[in-house]
Amino acid sequence: MQQVLRVPLSGTETIDRSDFVPQAQALRETAEARGLPLTIRDLRKSFGDHEVLRGIDLHIPAGQFVAIVGRSGCGKSTLLRLIAGLEKPTAGTISFGATARPEDVRVMFQEPRLLPWARVLANVEVGLGRDRKAQGAHERASHALAEVGLADKRDQWPSVLSGGQKQRVALARALVSGPRLLAFDEPLGALDALTRITMQRLLERVWADQAFTAILVTHDVSEAVALADRVLVIEGGRIAEDIKVEMTRPRERGSADLATLEGAILRELLGPGLTE
Amino acid sequence: MSLIDSLPRVRKLVLPRADGLIPWLVPFAIILIWQAACVAGLVPVRVLPAPSDVARAGWKLLLSGELAQNIWVSFWRASIGFLIGGGIGFAFGLANGLSELSAKLTDTTLQMVRNVPHLALIPLVILWFGIDESAKLFLVALGVFFPIYLNTLHGIRTVDPQLIEMGRVYGMTDGELFRRVIFPGALPSIFVGIRFALGIMWLTLIVAETIAASSGLGYMAMQAREFMQIDVVVLSILIYALLGKVADSAARVLERLTLAWHPAFSKV
Repeated sequence: MQQVLRVPLSGTETIDRSDFVPQAQALRETAEARGLPLTIRDLRKSFGDHEVLRGIDLHIPAGQFVAIVGRSGCGKSTLLRLIAGLEKPTAGTISFGATARPEDVRVMFQEPRLLPWARVLANVEVGLGRDRKAQGAHERASHALAEVGLADKRDQWPSVLSGGQKQRVALARALVSGPRLLAFDEPLGALDALTRITMQRLLERVWADQAFTAILVTHDVSEAVALADRVLVIEGGRIAEDIKVEMTRPRERGSADLATLEGAILRELLGPGLTE
Repeated sequence: MSLIDSLPRVRKLVLPRADGLIPWLVPFAIILIWQAACVAGLVPVRVLPAPSDVARAGWKLLLSGELAQNIWVSFWRASIGFLIGGGIGFAFGLANGLSELSAKLTDTTLQMVRNVPHLALIPLVILWFGIDESAKLFLVALGVFFPIYLNTLHGIRTVDPQLIEMGRVYGMTDGELFRRVIFPGALPSIFVGIRFALGIMWLTLIVAETIAASSGLGYMAMQAREFMQIDVVVLSILIYALLGKVADSAARVLERLTLAWHPAFSKV
């Protein structure tokens, strides 16, 4: 049943995924200990008179991969920014369980947001937060960089990297502190279709490796169903659908099951009047 | 593979020598034409002395030690004035870029002062300081202040807010945020201010020395005018051009060293 997959990353490197399936399954069981659970109660957020989130109740168990989809302006990015602590809620609570430290929750943005004046390795070290000056910071950063397949770029300036490589450095920066919850704000939205697929595989692999809780905001429904254990559809500032995706990994892109599910979610998003 | 690898190295070794000479072709040609015109008698020597005469005057002043003395005095005034004015401008730029309160308190005042041509203050400055050193330093500092203030402020205000948000998310303290994000982000703009300021520095100093001084390059030129030594006057003007170029080159070198990350500078 084991299959050997060679996933091309940038044309030069490949990742051996022969041990993917058993590894992922084994790690699922330890995910509980590693990942951070998230509980949201009656979360509301207004900007001026405009109420963007109108009461979100949500529980995400430790280690789950959740995708949040919705139309532009539905509040999905606001929800993510609240989870990441970038905004303060107007009302309601967000809790991560008792053991969370600030370094445990990390965000990856749509833009790489690398410091142009710092070398790639120094950019990854930014992700260590307060541990930046501790011993072994270099080694940890190098290791994170190797994990995203960019070990040979450690001494480059970010300006010479491609869009996909920059986003991989940003991923390494998010991973280096060993986060227990990672929030992705459309991190692949600005990439071309092929780079996006290799990046999706990379995300899935590090998630399987490190067993953090992942929350991915995306406007790409096929991305959501390919990656997530659970897809939340947000409409008008509320959770409209909560769909479990119970398909084995790694998932075959373009398979009939995924397409059916994707179609169902798209129909939900587009509303009754707009489907054929 | 080996050919491609060796290409940039070959370029670096051979081309810079030729490249470095190209900017000097035009000044060199001008001097040649000028010399030829003087030798041919096309230009009366009373209007414009030949470059060779200017060089001879320069040599004489150099031997007497007068030239070095005057250049040194002017250079000293320029740098001290630049450090004082630039330092204060940078400090205000930082304060007003980082603190809304400070900007509200001082920016309007500074903008009003900026619109007074600082050379118009010369009569007042002479009344205050006489023709003392402090008069020249005051004027240079005032002239240098504004380009550095404005560009520091602009640089800090235009740092990418997404990077600042990123820094905060990754737990940077205010000090780290300034050192690692805000200051490096503002640096290209600060350098624009420095290069502007260097031009204003020489301009101000020469005007001040021409009007009220008892030493320095401007004084040397005015003195020569009194005695109709037109070659010395031309010499002074050429030295201004050279000093201006030196100051600009120094700023460029600094720029290249500190902005190596910037695509516009890393190609060099």
